[in-house]
Formats: sequence, C-alpha cells, structure tokens
Amino acid sequence: MLYVQEATPEEASLRVQAAVVAIEQVLGPDLVDLVPSYASVLILYNPLESNQINIACRVRGALKALPTLPKTAGRTIVLPVYYALEAGEDLQALAERAGLSVDAVIALHCAHDYRVYAIGFAPGFAYLGQVDERIAAPRLTTPRQHVPRGAVAIAGRQTAVYPSVSPGGWNLIGRCPVRMFNPGTQPGMPVAVGDRVRFEPISRDRFLALGGDLT
Amino acid sequence: MSMIVAQPGILSLLQDSGRWGHHRLGLSNGGPVDREAFNYCNRLLQNPAGTTAVEVSVGGLQLESKVETFICLTGANMPLSINGEDRAAWEVHKVIAGDTISLGFAQSGCRSYLGVADGFTIVPALGSTATVVRENIGGLNGDKLRAGDQLPCPVITTRTRYYLEDRLRPRYQKTMTVRVIPGYQQRHFSRAEQRRFFGSTYTVSERCDRMGYRLEGPAIRCNIDGIVSEGICFGAIQLPPDGQPIVLLNDRQTIGGYPKIGSALSIDVSRMSQLVAGNTVHFAPISHHTARRALHLAQRFVLGQSLQAR
Repeated sequence: MLYVQEATPEEASLRVQAAVVAIEQVLGPDLVDLVPSYASVLILYNPLESNQINIACRVRGALKALPTLPKTAGRTIVLPVYYALEAGEDLQALAERAGLSVDAVIALHCAHDYRVYAIGFAPGFAYLGQVDERIAAPRLTTPRQHVPRGAVAIAGRQTAVYPSVSPGGWNLIGRCPVRMFNPGTQPGMPVAVGDRVRFEPISRDRFLALGGDLT
Repeated sequence: MSMIVAQPGILSLLQDSGRWGHHRLGLSNGGPVDREAFNYCNRLLQNPAGTTAVEVSVGGLQLESKVETFICLTGANMPLSINGEDRAAWEVHKVIAGDTISLGFAQSGCRSYLGVADGFTIVPALGSTATVVRENIGGLNGDKLRAGDQLPCPVITTRTRYYLEDRLRPRYQKTMTVRVIPGYQQRHFSRAEQRRFFGSTYTVSERCDRMGYRLEGPAIRCNIDGIVSEGICFGAIQLPPDGQPIVLLNDRQTIGGYPKIGSALSIDVSRMSQLVAGNTVHFAPISHHTARRALHLAQRFVLGQSLQAR
C-alpha cells in the first residue's frame, strides 16, 4: 500500500495519478493489479513469484523521480445529463434545502469540472469531487432499494453517475444516458481515476435520442 | 456438446482463476474461494491451472451429461453419485451421454468444485469466466446456474483416471486458526485491543458469503472511526464501528473506508471459506517473512504430491 500526503485532495489525486503510471512502468509483468484511490495506491503482486523487498525497492526508486503533474493532467470527459424532477427525484428537495431555485442547482452542478478521485462500490462507480458547497447534501437517512442506471447523484461534496441498478443513499438530481460500465467494450468505462468530468445539461428529447431510459 | 443443469442446488457458480487487472474499474476478482480444492480439481483432470469449473456451495447440484467425458469433484465432502451409484470424490470418473451426475449436501466443509476434462467452454467477460453475481458479470449472463442452463464442454474419450490418496486430502474442521499479517491501520488499535483480537474465539455468523465472512465475538475498538477509502486486498480484516471483524473474500468491493487490523494469509482464507455459520476461528499474528515461507511450503506440498492412477 502506498500512501500520499498532500495539502489538498486535488494535489493528492494528481500524485496518485503520477504514481500509478510510474508503478506500472517499473513493475511491468510483476504487477498483478492495482487500486488507486483518493490518497493511496494498493499494489498487488504474486508473493510466490516476486518478493516484497524487491517490489518495495523498485516502487521507491520509481517514486523518487515522480513528475509533478499539472492540474490539467488527464482527459476531460463531458457527460450529458437530463436534469428534471422526473429524472432526479431529489432535485426539488435538494434545491429547497439549499435555498436555491432548481435552475440554480443545475447551473452550479454544471459550473465546473470534477476530478475522478476513486472508482469502487460497484463496477464503473466513479467518485467525483468536489461539488459546490451550496449544493452539497447529506446522504438519505433511508437508502433507496432501487436506484436506476444512469442516475446522477450528490452525497456530501461528492457526485456520481450510478453505473447500474443498485441500492443507494445519494440524492438523485438527474439522469445520464452514457453507460458508465459496459463489460462488452474496452476499457469498459468512459472515465479513469485522475480524469476530469464536466456535466452538460440536455433536454428530454436529446436524452431519449442518446439512448436514455426514464423507466 | 454440453451438460444440462437439471437442478442448480443452493448456489452453483462457474469459476476460473479470477478476473485480474480490472480493479480500476471497480471490478472484484471473483474466482474460487477455496483455491486449494479448485487447483486439485484441475490437476486431477490434467487441465491447465485455472480451467473453468463449477463451484458448488452447500450442494444439491444435478447435471445431465450430453457428452462423453471425465469429471472430478474436490473440496467439501458432498456425496457424489452417477446414475444413482455412489462415487468417490478427489477422483476422475468417466461419464457418457445420458448420465446423471448428482451432488448431495456437504457433510464437512461447504464448497466443492466439479470439473470436466478440458473445462467448460464459456466465453470470458473482461478476460475471465469467473461469475460475480453482485456485478452481474462472468459465467452464463453473469448469474448463478439455473435449471435448464447448458454448460458447453468438449468430447473427451481418453484421460488418465487419477485420484488423490485419502491421507493427502484436506480435512475440513469446525474450528481453525487463521494466520494474520498485522498491517494497514494496525497502529490505530491499542495493544489491549490487539491482544483481545488475537486472544479471542470468533464465531462465523449467518452473514458469510463470497464477499466476506462476518465473525462474531468480543468487539475490537479502533481509535479512529474510519479512513479515507482505500484499496482492499483479499483476506483484509475490516473492523466496522460495531467491532465485529469481517474477513474479505473474492467478491469484495475494491475500496472501502473501515479500519483494518491486518490481512489473513491467503491459504488460510481459502480454508476458512469452507466454514459454515456457527464454526469458530482464532487469529494468530505472523510476520511477512513467515507468511511468505508458509505460502511456498503450501505450494510445494500441493505440487509435490504425486497422483495415483486407477
């Protein structure tokens, strides 16, 4: 396990992103898998084929020469979202609690790029941050049994798009027609840890034309 | 050419050695929870390691063969019969088209592996046939076996009928010691809490599945409530706020925010997955070095055994 310590979550995420590339390069086929997260990278190797001291030395060596990535590193992916009460059941309640109009909530959610801090919970579930403080919202006290695929949601200062139907306690504000996880494609997901995501509001017709489903 | 699922049993899943290299998409490994028994199954059938077999939990699977081939059952002690005649586990048997292969319910252990010569021919999803029901991926349509499913497999007419001598077979007990390499947030558990963890008996709860084994016993308190979510490896031992340990298995989530006291040795986790609710576990701390030696010794033991042939 590699931990990074930086002043802000964004800097930590950039460091993680740089470390992932360096670790893949230095370990090559000895790397079984790795899990990047907010401020850590879990490195998996086969203890029957490589030994821990050797792996640790090589990783340390690679980290010494780690480049400092600019904030613009990674790709920017635009995800279309149909924001509406019929697509996001909690949109009205979230706006009321924030003391804002529904349109203002939508504008704030689309106002800036989010960073992909981690992927987990379910295949394709990307934790995006940070949401504007004014529209941050606590998790629901009782999670829903059934959150639809493509649901765009907020919890705390994080936002995400549900990749598949699952239970969930986040506040639903819209629906995205892009599939966040599709095992039939390579690489299976439109985003990776370290990428940036921008949400773009679309109309109901556009949502349906892009293959969106409101059932 | 295939086998037809006449009865799926409680939980029967197609598994190969697991899905690797996709943790970044949030995908877990899947694969056989008892790797030792799974490996023996393929070795006895002279299949390449990691060939797709069926993992049968608890029992009750019944297959109808539409093909001439060879089968082998390893793992938990589940009565095996072909056309109603009892057959030994840990041994390769010939079957022909029309034969019915039936598994009873486990008498010791709870997971067994039913393999066929050259394996079941399943289209891999993201590089693996391993079924993870929670993620709806692998196997046939990402689901457990259901009555009427067809499991394709090739016609095989000759194969050496190996068996594993009784004295070499694993014995599945009701209690066991799981060796643990302390680590992760270990320093956030006081010495007294660590002593309690390694000195107590824990009971396997009803909530034990392929994601994790929840244990019940003296609560272990951590100085911190949670951590920033980080990657979780096979065998990691989480301690949620209720202080009851969870040992994480093949279908675990890839990241999590509960503090962890350490990681259980993989070969012990495999063996632990044969325990059922009510069985008991002790934990013993070991060093990294000792863990590696234990792994090498276990591998030598399994690969070093010469098989006998009928």
